[in-house]
Amino acid sequence: LSDPQCRRALSRLVLRLNTPLCALSYVVGLGWFLALAFPPLAPRTYMSENAMGSTMVEEQFLFGERALSYAREFAGHKKKAGGMPVAWLEKTMWKLGLEVHRQPFARTLPFPDEARERYMVKGTNVYGILRAPRAASTEALVLSVPCSEGHHNNQAVGLMLALASYFRGQIYWAKDIIFLVTEHDLLGTEAWLEAYHDVNVTEVRSSGTLGRAGAIQAAVSLELSSDVVTSFDVAVEGLNGQLPNLDLLNLFHAFCQKNGLLCTIQGKLQRSDWDSLPAYAHSLQTLLLMVLAQGSGHPRGHHGLFLRYRIEAVTLRGINSFRQYKYDMTTVGKTLEGMFRKLNNLLERLHQSYFFYLLPSLSRFVSIGLYMPAFGFLILVLVLK
Amino acid sequence: VCTSRFWFNYRHVANTLSVYRSVKRLGIPDSHIVLMLADDMACNPRNPKPATVFSHKNMELNVYGDDVEVDYRSYEVTVENFLRVLTGRIPPSTPRSKRLLSDDRSNILIYMTGHGGNGFLKFQDSEEITNVELADAFEQMWQKRRYNELLFIIDTCQGASMYERFYSPNIMALASSQVGEDSLSHQPDLGIGVHLMDRYTFYVLEFLEEIHPASQTNMNDLFQVCPKSLCVSTPGHRTDLFQRDPQNVLITDFFGSVRKVEITTETISLDSDSAGFESKFPKDELAIEPLRYAEQLPVAQIIHQKPKQKDWHPPGGFILGLWALIIMVFFKTYGIKHMKHIF
Repeated sequence: LSDPQCRRALSRLVLRLNTPLCALSYVVGLGWFLALAFPPLAPRTYMSENAMGSTMVEEQFLFGERALSYAREFAGHKKKAGGMPVAWLEKTMWKLGLEVHRQPFARTLPFPDEARERYMVKGTNVYGILRAPRAASTEALVLSVPCSEGHHNNQAVGLMLALASYFRGQIYWAKDIIFLVTEHDLLGTEAWLEAYHDVNVTEVRSSGTLGRAGAIQAAVSLELSSDVVTSFDVAVEGLNGQLPNLDLLNLFHAFCQKNGLLCTIQGKLQRSDWDSLPAYAHSLQTLLLMVLAQGSGHPRGHHGLFLRYRIEAVTLRGINSFRQYKYDMTTVGKTLEGMFRKLNNLLERLHQSYFFYLLPSLSRFVSIGLYMPAFGFLILVLVLK
Repeated sequence: VCTSRFWFNYRHVANTLSVYRSVKRLGIPDSHIVLMLADDMACNPRNPKPATVFSHKNMELNVYGDDVEVDYRSYEVTVENFLRVLTGRIPPSTPRSKRLLSDDRSNILIYMTGHGGNGFLKFQDSEEITNVELADAFEQMWQKRRYNELLFIIDTCQGASMYERFYSPNIMALASSQVGEDSLSHQPDLGIGVHLMDRYTFYVLEFLEEIHPASQTNMNDLFQVCPKSLCVSTPGHRTDLFQRDPQNVLITDFFGSVRKVEITTETISLDSDSAGFESKFPKDELAIEPLRYAEQLPVAQIIHQKPKQKDWHPPGGFILGLWALIIMVFFKTYGIKHMKHIF
């Protein structure tokens, strides 16, 4: 290219074939992207982190009934308090043996909100810390549950409290576990995260967190609205399209398979036939939904806000649709117990698996090395122009 | 010696402790055992049964027990410390329990487990010991007369590569797998959540549980432990450096401390024949040539190192790049037009 004659020849070639070359690379880019949903191009997921692999434990969670009763109590108190029943939550968590703290926060909204007060949103987060019995409190895991209006997410709080009471009785925790109930959806989660890490990214005024538990290694955000669950949906896209480490998804998938739960992604079921055309269209649709969700920048669950602080997080949603086979709270609790137990074995942050990927289905992924060339071809059009 | 840390390497600690337990049961006291464990599993926060290390699932056998004496623990298990223990080059402030106080009548058993590869063993996830270093350490021990006979057992992936380079006499070696094979772990325990033992050591432990101090089992039986059907890998052994026949070597020679008691039925008279003490001095012999080390040992007969056949590999990246550069420069100077003449 440094030879001027060659350069001239090359540039003349490019100018001559400009339009066909542009069209070709556009088509190639688009075709490559659409082909990503094919099974050979999308390898199966696998657990990369050595500390989380090899074996599973027998989960022993049996407090399904307790979860239901906690949920009913919570619903009653929420209706009575007209918002979040802070005092009841504090008392219950304290009775379970956790270290309870509350965090009031307030935020002035840039635009007025019709339902609530005009410019100011006030709320309280309540969180309880389960200290690891024999380890120094240097690392933590978070189970976060949003407290929403009406009848939503009552069951999630119930399950969280039942899990807390079960976890409290075990001695094998090497990290602290923080059980967090947030108010006002994303605002509450963001307020808690900012106060925990002592930063001020958005202008939420809060009292700061009193109890800390060390660096947070992973977080799970749980949303459950009904007593029985027919399927479990996982959401991975976060704020500005950031994604958690693929190992967390692999963990969830492994436990789904172990407990026989029906797990979905983007609300779509897995298909068992891989080579047929409808299956290809299905996985392509899942892929494109994920791209759309990432592109919108809006986090698909509360976990999205954790990702900014490099805390790997996913949101799990229990869905009750009209299906024959229903799973009760004990099975859901067992899955979560298994996940937390595996996360307990972590020694470092999750970094072995992919950070940038696309998911045509729950068990297949496309890494950035494969989908970037498609975009590369599309950008080549601009370069050629 | 257990060389790996972290909770998921529980099985290496259990391996080492089970051999320790067998050796203690057969009579060797703690003062004669140097136990090196790279991580603490019994008191690990993730252990649901604290102060225990199990080797059989369903928690049948606790190999940690009440009287474990760990000499080198946690970060003290390094390649340097291990070689210092073997060769005896230890700073004077080291306590006696951390030294290998052996002389030329001692039989030494060395058991190592962890993660290994072709020619090396990984210590603590950060360094390695190679088979050449180990062979040289054993040669130092031989030259300083630190052992009479040495049994070396290794349970890692590709363990046989570790004993390939030995060249000192009186060493017998066993390994759990050949070069290119992986040593596999035995069953997991679902309550604890990790694999408890490696297969080879599990079957060796079962074999050792049958041995009692008076048993006459010999080394050939130990070589038969864990055939391929049970172990999946092929255990190997090396006896060419050993002077005695393995058939005649008792297991308790290395694994136990046996004192033989013989009861005599006849009286022995101590004779006092001379009233005067005739001292028989040997005549002053002419000074004979002092023997050198090389002549004391028939080394040439002992080592039979054949040069290894090296397979031809296609040239690697650097060579390819170098050739590509040379060819490019060649064509640049002579111009592309000339290529027509060549092809």
